[in-house]
Amino acid sequence: MMSTKIELNDKKEKKYDIKQLIVRNSVPIMFIVICLGGTIASKLGPAYVLNELIARLDRNLLLVLSLIIPVLAGMGLNFALVIGAMAGQIGLITIKIFDIGGLPGILAATLIATPFAIIFGLGTGSILNRTKGQEMITSLILGYFAMGLYQLVFLLLMGTLIPVKDPEIILPGGIGLKNAIDLNLIKYSLDKIWQPAIMGVKIPVVSFIIIAFFCAVIWFITRTKLGQDFRALGQDINIAKVSGIDVDKTRLIAITISTVLAAWGQIMFLQNIGTLQTYSSHEQVGMFAVAAILVGGASVTKATIGEAILGTILFHTLFIVSPNAGKNLLGDSQIGEFFRAFIAYGVIAMSLVLHAFQKTIMSKAKRD
Amino acid sequence: MKNLWKKSIERYGYPKVYITIFLILLLIIAVIQKQSIPDLLIDSLIRIGMNSILVLAMVPGIVSGTGLNFALSIGILCGILAGCIAIEMRLVGLTAFLVAVLINIPLAVVAGYLYGLLLNRVKGDEMTVGTYMGFSMVSLMSIGWLVLPFKNPDMVWAIGGRGLRVTITLVDKYDKVLDHLIKFKVFDRNLPIGTLIFFGICCLLMWLFLRSKTGAAMIAAGDNQKFAEASGINVNKQRMIGVIISMILGGIGIIVYAQSYGFFQLYQGPLMMPFVAISAILIGGATAKKASIGNVISGVILFQALLTISLPVINKMMPEGNLSEVIRIIVSNGVILYALTKMGGNE
Repeated sequence: MMSTKIELNDKKEKKYDIKQLIVRNSVPIMFIVICLGGTIASKLGPAYVLNELIARLDRNLLLVLSLIIPVLAGMGLNFALVIGAMAGQIGLITIKIFDIGGLPGILAATLIATPFAIIFGLGTGSILNRTKGQEMITSLILGYFAMGLYQLVFLLLMGTLIPVKDPEIILPGGIGLKNAIDLNLIKYSLDKIWQPAIMGVKIPVVSFIIIAFFCAVIWFITRTKLGQDFRALGQDINIAKVSGIDVDKTRLIAITISTVLAAWGQIMFLQNIGTLQTYSSHEQVGMFAVAAILVGGASVTKATIGEAILGTILFHTLFIVSPNAGKNLLGDSQIGEFFRAFIAYGVIAMSLVLHAFQKTIMSKAKRD
Repeated sequence: MKNLWKKSIERYGYPKVYITIFLILLLIIAVIQKQSIPDLLIDSLIRIGMNSILVLAMVPGIVSGTGLNFALSIGILCGILAGCIAIEMRLVGLTAFLVAVLINIPLAVVAGYLYGLLLNRVKGDEMTVGTYMGFSMVSLMSIGWLVLPFKNPDMVWAIGGRGLRVTITLVDKYDKVLDHLIKFKVFDRNLPIGTLIFFGICCLLMWLFLRSKTGAAMIAAGDNQKFAEASGINVNKQRMIGVIISMILGGIGIIVYAQSYGFFQLYQGPLMMPFVAISAILIGGATAKKASIGNVISGVILFQALLTISLPVINKMMPEGNLSEVIRIIVSNGVILYALTKMGGNE
């Protein structure tokens, strides 16, 4: 009698497991289907799609990876990534002013961007520490607010307080940066170090080695004492506090790491693009990175390196194929473009809703 | 003096005091620059009327406990759809406006009901979820504007004959029907008396509603959920009513906005509109948990006057770039950010 009961229970659990496996991975599975369908409908050649995809991975992966640590630390998705991106752009604008090109230029930009990113990260962290439980809406609004300050600095202070005269980057009136700044001096300087073509697909090996290095760094951090603290915070902030973790300080560190990685990520992004849209390059950074990691199966409380990579691949495949797919299927490429904007926002909204559902269920369980 | 400062901060909150000082400074600069003060004031008045109902739409959301309605764009979409249907029916003048408002109501009730069902399951995360629900609905509706079967050539792209235009002009339709309903000229300019009266009526209705039995129950539900539940109030139902009224007002708000502005802006137009309304009510002294009609009136006056007056004044000081837009971004998001940090402090 007893044994059959246990067996039954076992069977039940197994069934539940498989079901849960599909449920848990439903988002990436759905997107794999959409991406395959979209690629076929777009009638684009596989070589073109692959080439584009490699370029987009090169550009975006580091930015997406920078989201992982705040998620582990229970701070949700860091929409304030754009603040890190701004620090990266400060570095790039500086090397443009001093006209340092090539690999030294990239290194200099990174060195200049880092202290800014650390300061910005600490600032972001201290504001998020005052809004515990509302981190995501706060980081979103903080991002918008920072964009305003960024514009103020580069529109008003450049050429007045900050003495820059170079007519190539300053507006004709002598005040404010131009809308687009040419970054040809560092374009591809990481990618082209070694870029073999395998079956017509160009692969920027050095850039991918750098990305792999940062994957290893993030993996390593999660295995240190600090990483344990992050996870403890992510599980339950009150228990973490009781067990002697300095909650505010640990959260500050998490968001600062994220901001610094975002700054470096934006530098990698722009060395591949080659043009800095002074006032809009950073605008969508947070949203696209967040949407990408969620498409890969991450959630507000759980994110891994694998999910970041898978998500970036899927999300950007969708980006590459959706205009053509929209044109071929519905006779209008604009529909495809709106569709991908809807996907980006929609996947974030759905993920936030699911997270809130879970929270309600858990708090109910606690009460019962 | 120090005492007065402290008292006014305590009474009105930092945003209201600082924005008022900023506004006075701008006015002084405007006088020094020899700008036409009557023109500036009349322009402000027009923009206050234009935005008023959208700000009022924040009140039911806040008092029913669902926080700042970042998803107001859903209501705005209903209003735009209703406005376009009225044009499709080839209506003009006040009839068109009223029909648009009437069509908007069932649309917004359905949308608000569905959104309310969602919000009742995500208590505590209404603002984050709302922001992205709003964003995704705006992009979903962007596809909608392309494929909906509208036929009126005034609204549809001339080439291809399919899909609504990005901006739909209301000239010869119901452009300024409320603004010019009552002709009253000062300095050769029409004052938007009609719109302001309409706003006044809406405020009065809202004021009466909040003092009705349902309104009192709603405020109780928003104030303290557990206490309200204990005294037999159906909290979820009250939150639902708050959301639906907010969406209806959002729809009416955009129709009022469009008749004064002269255009409907489709596609990405409604994306950031909730943020403007939210900043206005926060400047008026509201918080994410408390709001009154007084907050709406003072907020919309201060914020819109600030935006209107800063444009010519700052452009004269700094002709390069669009600094006034930058100031709008900083003020608007700064105020929301301040409200969020305040909220965290209270918990």
